[in-house]
Amino acid sequence: MAHFLTIHQLLEQLRAGELSSREATQACLDRVEKVDDRLNAFISVDAADALAQADAADQSRAAGEDLPMLGVPVAVKDVLAVKDQPLNCASKILGEFNSPYDATVIQKLRAAGAVVFGRLNMDEFAMGSSNENSAFGPARNPWNTDCIPGGSSGGSAVAVAADECIASLGSDTGGSIRQPAALCGCVGLKPTYGRVSRYGLVAFASSLDQVGPFTKDVRDAATLLQVIAGSDDRDSTNVPEPVPDYSAALSGEVKGLRIGLPREYQVQGMDPEVKAATDAAVKQLESLGAEVKEISLPHTEYAIATYYIIATAEASANLARFEGVRYGARLDGADPEEMNRKTRGAGFGEEVKRRIILGTYVLSSGYYDAYYLRAQKVRTLIRQDFLKAFEEVDLIASPTTPTPAFKIGEKVGDPLQMYLSDIYTISCNLAGLCGISVPCGFSEAGLPIGLQLLGKPFGEPDLLRAAHAYEQATDWHTHRPNLD
Amino acid sequence: MEMDLSRAVKLARIELTPEEEQRLAPQLGEVLQYVEKLNELDVSDVEPTAHATPLSNVMREDEPRESLSQEEALRNAPKTANGLFVVPKIVE
Repeated sequence: MAHFLTIHQLLEQLRAGELSSREATQACLDRVEKVDDRLNAFISVDAADALAQADAADQSRAAGEDLPMLGVPVAVKDVLAVKDQPLNCASKILGEFNSPYDATVIQKLRAAGAVVFGRLNMDEFAMGSSNENSAFGPARNPWNTDCIPGGSSGGSAVAVAADECIASLGSDTGGSIRQPAALCGCVGLKPTYGRVSRYGLVAFASSLDQVGPFTKDVRDAATLLQVIAGSDDRDSTNVPEPVPDYSAALSGEVKGLRIGLPREYQVQGMDPEVKAATDAAVKQLESLGAEVKEISLPHTEYAIATYYIIATAEASANLARFEGVRYGARLDGADPEEMNRKTRGAGFGEEVKRRIILGTYVLSSGYYDAYYLRAQKVRTLIRQDFLKAFEEVDLIASPTTPTPAFKIGEKVGDPLQMYLSDIYTISCNLAGLCGISVPCGFSEAGLPIGLQLLGKPFGEPDLLRAAHAYEQATDWHTHRPNLD
Repeated sequence: MEMDLSRAVKLARIELTPEEEQRLAPQLGEVLQYVEKLNELDVSDVEPTAHATPLSNVMREDEPRESLSQEEALRNAPKTANGLFVVPKIVE
């Protein structure tokens, strides 16, 4: 039963000698064995390597060592480099790629004693909102396997929600941590841009990407963020801001904390059950002593258009490296250009092709000013909206997603409809903020609903404080899908 | 709105099947039409944002450091010879 534990519960038992890391790791591996053929959260698992790490952790503990996550099994999205393990970004184009080094966040996890295991399913190159764009097949929502788990970090959310691991890492470019966390009923935190190193994270949109934790409660999110945050001289966008003690923020005290509700987020298309659940969550925070007021983010309606220009432009440049020369699968051609074309045509899935072509288009001569430069300017306006709002409030609350999880296949043929489902999560990345999604209820059909809180740059302590206080007053985070 | 994909597809070096081209053109056209929305705004006095952080250039001393060995750097390449990446012939 150790797989059901949170990080702090497991650590307590490990420290008391009631449980070994090997037992906990084996419990996770058994759980994967039992449920993952239905869920497809994992692309692969190296059980022998996981157990070897667990044994090493048990030996360290027996020798008197203690570390922040010693012996805790953490699974990893297939977009982060783990030395000597495969890395595919859920794409065919990387072939048999095997990472020659550890990402900085993986090094930090190892230094904290964690057992790093598994390659978690995702939308190919983190492009998607449903995990349907995976060359390894879609991951499925543990609450209803006919439904999507969200994306792009679908596998990371499923693995935590279905107790196949104790916690996991994902990445968030426009909502890819918060959205699947909401749809699967777990906690997902996107740190401020620059808070966590991107070294060893395969780049999608470099000015938006950020690594973050998926956990079973807010305390765990604070613990895991503490481990992975901090400056890194191998990532020049990492901000050398001191890392505060995040668990110190979990005081349960929200008296006087000012929470803003954006007028513009009351959009058509918001599901009434989602609205009711998030309204109730805000009321709950108010009853705990937070001050709630309406705010305005006037450029909200431009966020999705801005995002899909900037993110695809950056992606088209970042994914130029997959050309069949340095890594992955290659299709032969008479000359290098033909080889590139064939390799990329066969290796990339359709959504990735769509985005690379769109990104190439908006950057190409004659269109650059009209699309890309204009989008960068609108990004400034969106960012200014938030900075102005944060003069009046400490946090911004909204639903994480406009609807609960939709059915697999429902939006596949309509990319624009899929993009529009990112409305509440996307601005956070454009503005360089931090955000968290916490469970705040269920639809009548039994699907989870998430409350999103956004904080100012490096405002993670306030985010965690409010999310934790809410969690203490409710029990949504303790619900588990029935997979027996 | 149908988008003329040919130039971007060529620049992106992605071979599309005729079926893919038929599917992608209207889909991308629709997305491009949607992003036209940004033309509603007057941005003439607005500075562009490339990054949301206040950082400018981050420098370090130009000193050699440990890096991947040649063998490690080549180990995932589809074709190598004599410590080099092999590509199709460029010059006749």
